[in-house]
Amino acid sequence: MTTVINVPPSLDDATIEQVLDQVAPLPRDQKVLIDARHARWASPYALTSMLTLGQTRAERAAFAGPENDDTASYWGRTGFYKHAEQIFDLHGHVPRARNGGESSVLLEITPVAKSEDVHDVVERIQQKAQAILVNELHLDPQATMRFAMTLSEACQNIVEHAQRGGWVAVQTYTWRQRLGRRVVQIAVCDAGIGFRASLENAHGRRISDRWDDAMALEDAVIRGVSRFRDPGRGQGLAGVRRFVGKWDGKLSIRSGTARIAIVPSWDEDVPLAEDLAPFPGAQVQITIPERIPPR
Amino acid sequence: MINHIDVSSVLRRTVCDLYSNLVTRPTGAAVRTEIENLLAAWRGPSLTVIDFSHVNLLDFSCADEVVAKLLLRFEGGAPPHDAYFLLRGVREDHLDAIEHALERYQLALVMQADDGALLLVGTVNDDQRRAWQALRELGRGAAEELASALGEELADAAALLAALHERRLVMRFDDTYVPLGATP
Repeated sequence: MTTVINVPPSLDDATIEQVLDQVAPLPRDQKVLIDARHARWASPYALTSMLTLGQTRAERAAFAGPENDDTASYWGRTGFYKHAEQIFDLHGHVPRARNGGESSVLLEITPVAKSEDVHDVVERIQQKAQAILVNELHLDPQATMRFAMTLSEACQNIVEHAQRGGWVAVQTYTWRQRLGRRVVQIAVCDAGIGFRASLENAHGRRISDRWDDAMALEDAVIRGVSRFRDPGRGQGLAGVRRFVGKWDGKLSIRSGTARIAIVPSWDEDVPLAEDLAPFPGAQVQITIPERIPPR
Repeated sequence: MINHIDVSSVLRRTVCDLYSNLVTRPTGAAVRTEIENLLAAWRGPSLTVIDFSHVNLLDFSCADEVVAKLLLRFEGGAPPHDAYFLLRGVREDHLDAIEHALERYQLALVMQADDGALLLVGTVNDDQRRAWQALRELGRGAAEELASALGEELADAAALLAALHERRLVMRFDDTYVPLGATP
């Protein structure tokens, strides 16, 4: 029997939880159909999370994409279908693959598994980032390099900790509901071992009663703890935090059953969410808003 | 002896000839290892200019691997040999990553700006910074001259110079100390 998982019309970091809530109670070998026929919009975080969700299923999942042509076409241009066909049994209309041409897609969905992939991602992002970040989002010209550094560190989190490949995507869009401004968003998702398991084997850690996904995230993101003895480790996320703060951006990382967020004044998210539906790996979202030039 | 290392050339030679970005730990570790190999071949007291001019992007992980870990090997009382480092061609975004790495280990280094100015970067206390600045103005000097310039006791000036030398921020020739970048 196949269980149908309903995908809400608008899919972002908040509403993807509705999808994960439906999947969590099911055994991994339960056949599921992810029904996105009525989806009209999805953030890069949501698209990469859906691919990640597909990776977690022992029984290959089925996927029905958006019926709306514009939505399906856009998902195609983000690279979603190119990877989805490797992971899901696709149902319904699958848009034909087309190369590039989408100005809002700074980096189409790209697999990341090894160090060379990070080099590739950084090379590719720089070709488009300057024009979009500076001319359209009015960020400081220096921001382009720092943005690429942030992307590099976020991707390295997969290479160093996940123990399996993941996905990265970078897009811009207008965030009407929460912000009323354009944003650029980096999404980095993997279905690996997650922060808790990664830090569990850390040097001399005592596993206390309170050791859980939330504590692991706090250790890694707030205190810069790494599973490696090397004191230089853990700098990547600290650097990401620093830049995100400088740009009044938002960083959120979900792992296991918890999500931690560095929340700017324009957002109403909670700094720490616990007791979420269990989901393997780590899912990182970095959102940088358009800078409003001073009058 | 003054040596020059173009980090971008080392990157292309050791990792991939298409790369211009210093990103990821394995890349940084490979570049540092090659720099250490070059240093090992240049025995004796040496000042090595590490030039980032042609490096496009430097991320935090690579700054840690290339800069911080290199300095860690040489600072302190027993460096593998008498090597000093001066950074050049460091852009503002490179500096963000380098400073971040230095702070993590309480390290410091000297860099030369495009206009030739020498800058002390990283974690340095006020006394050490004042001593380094005074020595730079003197051009070179022994503890007596620094004590006079700072209005400090001789023992205090000597201790400051010893500390700066251990941190590889000034070179030592017998009893005379020379700031990096100045002509010995």
